[in-house]
Amino acid sequence: MNAKALRETGKKAKLCWFGIALLCAVFGTARAGEVSVAVAANFTGASRIIAAEFEAATGHRVKASFGSTGKLYAQIVNGAPFEVFLAADSVRPARLEKEGVAVKGSRFTYAGGRLVLWSPDEDRVDPRGNVLGSSDFRKLALANPATAPYGLAARQVLENLDLWEGLRSKVVRGDSIAQTFQFVATRNAQLGFVARSQVLALPEAERGSWWDIGPELYQPIRQQAVLLERGKSDPAVQAFIAYIKSDEVRKIIEGLGYDSARPLRSFSD
Amino acid sequence: MDFDWTPVWLTLQLASATTLILLVVGTPIAWWLARTGSWLKQPIGAVVALPLVLPPTVLGFYLLLLLGPDGPVGELTRALGLGTLPFTFAGLVVASVFYSLPFVVQPLQNAFEALGERPLEVAATLRASPWDRFMTVAVPLARPGFLTAAVLGFAHTVGEFGVVLMIGGNIPGETRVLSVAIYDHVEMLEYGKAHALSAGMVGFAFVVLYLLYLANQRLGRRRS
Repeated sequence: MNAKALRETGKKAKLCWFGIALLCAVFGTARAGEVSVAVAANFTGASRIIAAEFEAATGHRVKASFGSTGKLYAQIVNGAPFEVFLAADSVRPARLEKEGVAVKGSRFTYAGGRLVLWSPDEDRVDPRGNVLGSSDFRKLALANPATAPYGLAARQVLENLDLWEGLRSKVVRGDSIAQTFQFVATRNAQLGFVARSQVLALPEAERGSWWDIGPELYQPIRQQAVLLERGKSDPAVQAFIAYIKSDEVRKIIEGLGYDSARPLRSFSD
Repeated sequence: MDFDWTPVWLTLQLASATTLILLVVGTPIAWWLARTGSWLKQPIGAVVALPLVLPPTVLGFYLLLLLGPDGPVGELTRALGLGTLPFTFAGLVVASVFYSLPFVVQPLQNAFEALGERPLEVAATLRASPWDRFMTVAVPLARPGFLTAAVLGFAHTVGEFGVVLMIGGNIPGETRVLSVAIYDHVEMLEYGKAHALSAGMVGFAFVVLYLLYLANQRLGRRRS
């Protein structure tokens, strides 16, 4: 065989491989896959809605696990079988990228978290949060600032208002924002810093009163998503990531009490 | 590494208070369960054993509702001017008493049942009153049972986690016990601190149980 013939066979082989790859891609997306997602506690309700829409649209299935961002991070680092991580901050996803557990450059902000001071009682919380300076409450719940981004934001708010030291004896810490919400909802704590989305998820009659805290009092809670190495080449996972970035999902997220991700994208770390 | 002893100290206080209360409350329950012929024996025995099989989340969830300001117990404690119990040390003691109840009642009940009727009947013929018979005959004979009950109640309370997490509120010096402190260290990736506390717990649990088995063997031998 001469050199030209050899080159010809090489070309044919390349074409053949390309065809196989294309077929795989087509059949891969056509077949129903499964996406394992680790979801920050505050996004539990939203992710259920989004997952249901995604499943209806694509036929793929979503398996979601919920927990505080810090706990999920530790689980992922230690080999938990997740393919996508919807975190409540940008710190953990960035760290996962650096550690090579997440795909480099796959990180994006999917929602901006909003913190509110909430009570299930009507009239307890005024729209400016002056209640924090009164002695009208015994316990104030917030998520653990060391592990939960909403807890860190709550601490920043109290520090900016010069109330952190004074209220220390009244503070009770929830393991996650979900548990913090539960402390207040059961009225074991009279006030609590929770996610606005949690309050808006309640039926209107049960929303009580809240202070929508201005973004100048805490660092923006940029909730970031990241693709984990484990799910890198799975078409169902890629479809899920694309869906999270879609306008459709952005609208859902805004309707649930989060800030839209778009203006926040321009921030960089 | 600066070592924070507060959770250790707090845990020991919690376990001691719980064990003392359980010995006082558990002894009459165990005595009654061991000697009664009532049809209530089985249902009450089952209630006492419930914390053995229920996940701590069930206990924690119901305690949060019961002890909270809208719960019946919470309304009572508030009416008494005590405030509500969740997020307090007293609340953890109450929760631990429920949680460790079977670990104290069951060894005591077994010990009382093993006595049989005979020593008590003999004491009765010597004109010992029921109280005398209990204090001077039953209790000394059931000493290994008391030892087992106290050690298991104490150790089990030290190992408590789920209930504390649900009603404790993670307050340093008040409700942040050892198991919760370890959990926090692991979450914050402070594995060094987590190791120090965890290894301490393993060592403690082993020594306590080993001493218990050793003591029970001695007591058993002396009796036979």
